[in-house]
Amino acid sequence: MFKSYLIKRRIYNFKSNRRAFWSLIIFILLFVISIFSEIIANERPLIVNYKSKLYFPILNFYSEKTFGGDFKTEAIYKDIEVQCLIISGGNNQCWDEPEIQLKKNSSNSNNEKGWILWPPIPYSYNTINDLNGAAPSPPDKNHWLGTDDTSRDVLARIIYGFRLSIFFAIVVTLISSVIGIIAGAVQGFFGGWIDLIFQRIIEVWGATPSLYIIIIVAAILQMNFWLLVILMSLFSWTALVGVVRAEFLRARNFEYVRAAKALGVPNLKIMYRHILPNAMVATLTMLPFIITGAIGSLAALDFIGYGLPSSYPSLGELTLQAKNNLQAPWLGFSAFFTFAIMLSLLVFIFEGLRDAFDPRKIFK
Amino acid sequence: MIDNVLSVKNLSISFTENNKVKKVLHNSSFSIKRGTTLSLVGESGSGKSITSLAIVSLLPKNAVLKGSIIFNQNELTNLNEVELQKIRGNKISFIFQEPMTSLNPLHTIEKQIGESLSFHQNLFGQARKFKVLELLKKVKISNPETRLLDYPHQLSGGQKQRVMIAMALANKPDLLIADEPTTSLDITIEKEIISLLMEIKKTENMSIIFITHNLRVVREISDEVCVMQNGKIIERGITNNIFNNPKSIYTKKLLNSEPKGFKAKITSESKCILEVKNLKVWFPIKRGFLKRTKGYIKAVNSISFNIHKNETLGIVGESGSGKTSVALAILKLIKSEGIIVFQNHNLKQLSNIENLWFRRNAQIIFQDPYGSLSPKMTIEEIIGEGLDIHEKHDNNVRHKMICNVLSEVGLEKNMVSRFPHEFSGGQRQRIAIARALILKPSLLILDEPTSALDVSIQLQVIKLLQSLQNKYSLSYIFISHDIALIRSVSDKIIIMDKGEIVEQGNTRSLFLNPKSNYAKSLIYASNLD
Repeated sequence: MFKSYLIKRRIYNFKSNRRAFWSLIIFILLFVISIFSEIIANERPLIVNYKSKLYFPILNFYSEKTFGGDFKTEAIYKDIEVQCLIISGGNNQCWDEPEIQLKKNSSNSNNEKGWILWPPIPYSYNTINDLNGAAPSPPDKNHWLGTDDTSRDVLARIIYGFRLSIFFAIVVTLISSVIGIIAGAVQGFFGGWIDLIFQRIIEVWGATPSLYIIIIVAAILQMNFWLLVILMSLFSWTALVGVVRAEFLRARNFEYVRAAKALGVPNLKIMYRHILPNAMVATLTMLPFIITGAIGSLAALDFIGYGLPSSYPSLGELTLQAKNNLQAPWLGFSAFFTFAIMLSLLVFIFEGLRDAFDPRKIFK
Repeated sequence: MIDNVLSVKNLSISFTENNKVKKVLHNSSFSIKRGTTLSLVGESGSGKSITSLAIVSLLPKNAVLKGSIIFNQNELTNLNEVELQKIRGNKISFIFQEPMTSLNPLHTIEKQIGESLSFHQNLFGQARKFKVLELLKKVKISNPETRLLDYPHQLSGGQKQRVMIAMALANKPDLLIADEPTTSLDITIEKEIISLLMEIKKTENMSIIFITHNLRVVREISDEVCVMQNGKIIERGITNNIFNNPKSIYTKKLLNSEPKGFKAKITSESKCILEVKNLKVWFPIKRGFLKRTKGYIKAVNSISFNIHKNETLGIVGESGSGKTSVALAILKLIKSEGIIVFQNHNLKQLSNIENLWFRRNAQIIFQDPYGSLSPKMTIEEIIGEGLDIHEKHDNNVRHKMICNVLSEVGLEKNMVSRFPHEFSGGQRQRIAIARALILKPSLLILDEPTSALDVSIQLQVIKLLQSLQNKYSLSYIFISHDIALIRSVSDKIIIMDKGEIVEQGNTRSLFLNPKSNYAKSLIYASNLD
């Protein structure tokens, strides 16, 4: 079988590139972890046992009243009083002397005793912590990578920020590849005037300073994730047009395309079934540039303050804080290593992928 | 036997790939005397080219060579790279098949030819230029003085091959190895190049090893012939003996595969299915700032003909004569002017539904069986593609139809799930025929359907096409550059040159009594029996 043989050969080629293969495994591991950020870093407990009943605060809303408190608002699990209420099973004395009550409860064992299961990192990306010292605080046993200048946990922000960056890059890449491939295919396949006009439009479009447009839009509209995705896609789809167009231009005169035309196969089907598979390899070589470009652009925009609002867990914003707080080097180091590792992994993976698709490359 | 320029004894070549040893040449021996021509004949993959490369040690690194090659009393297999360099391009010269790619596009003719003069004879400056001119005169290039500073793209295919010959002659070689030197050339130019080679052989007292698959050429030029098959020399001997009294079965088969004679006449006069009047395919030449049309390349200029049911129309001509443009224009794959009437419908005024009907009834088979099948689709997908557009069937019926058409073209039913790369050239061409046939067309355009195939396969494909024609009363437009082949398959014939019809008529009367000079020269050049 040709298809399975090709795929097998490509997988084999990819695997024989050790660096790319391990990069992929590490990257998948990191990404899977970051997908479950809510379980790993959250200010709400995973499971609460209150009066022998289980509660799942990361999934559901529970008011303080649920645990014998006074407020109808959501229980603030970080408060020592709430923790005392849960563990002691709603003991009223918790309001006055929670520390003593907590100690008492841990020593005696009655049936009413509850417990709280915290995530490994009991802070979310936007949790503002009470610190003894000034923010940003250096790494310690509570905050493994320290806190930033609004006393939020850096590790939690990195985990969420990693996910956001990758997700942003994937969505932007997906949108711009789809637009780019369609535009390139139409230009290459039909050629002539359509090609000529689209080429000029793309030239003008490509010369537009995208950064200024984004800054202007940011000044008018409240920036959010999807708006930024749309703005970025608007300017990155042109990257693929050239290669896809060239492939279609070449392949539209292939004999099997002519034969399909002579059979009466409609143009759309010819483009999709006969020519697109040829263009996929060229597309694949361009993808890493779009992905790393998207991550870099997001970071850059956040760094200059025109990207996502500060409520988002942004790695670029962390970098900006590092610049503003040179006395807190853990911020800089964290940001640097996150970017370095993330981008290197991606580059290694795509390098391996590109080589695996290259029919002329010989692997031992 | 001092007169032997080259003698090869017990030469075996094998390749090792992925720990597998593949033998491509078995125990071959032959020798060639000074001033004679030896032809190596065989179909593709028979080991002709590898033998010639082995003589000058130009084999790939993973090749293992056994046996001895003695050239002018020197054992070539023992020489090192430096000593071989002195022989290659000096005492043994090469001419390759493809003149387009054998010349460096960035160097002038003078530099191309002069390079080996500088390297082997230490000639520079005026002396070199003088020598280059002398060589160009020897290969009879017109206006050699003005050609010196030309680049390869300014020369025609025949002229390029002449330049290649000049390069090969530069150092007065004892042996010239010509690897299919005329295969990519038109037939009249082929004739010229071959007579040039023969003339030079005589004047320089040079030996030639001529590698080809073309038996007619072999018969004309060679003193001795080696017939090769699957890496073995099957038969060896004096040319006339081999042609008149072949011993091995393979040689007989090869000789019988050559297209001969005329097509048996179909008597009944039937209705006209395609009528073409004043067909023009003009490509505009656009120049200047506003891309205004300054003129036209007239690929096809005012051509008229018609085809009846169950009839084959042969279109013959050299490359660039507009044969393929006619085919594409009839199928509306390129723009054209003029009137094309297909089964009483004017093709310029078809509705969408009529257009679909037309697409179904007129099909084309292309020249290159490797390019005309989508490499990423299975045979079932390829053959079924047209079916899905024109008829809707459930999967069982569809599968059955595909199997039927496959057995019709002589392929196995279990091949449906395979991919094109698993098939040989001849099988691929059968698949292409099956793809067209499943729609039951009434007109099939065959654009050089066999020119990429070996002669014995060509014969099989032609036989298949003829039996299909008789069975389904198909009409064919058969396009080819091979005069003998066209003569053996077509009822009517059109000879084209530079986009125009030179001569047109019944095959037999046209061949027996050609009127125009061009037709005469074409028929003369193809050495018909």
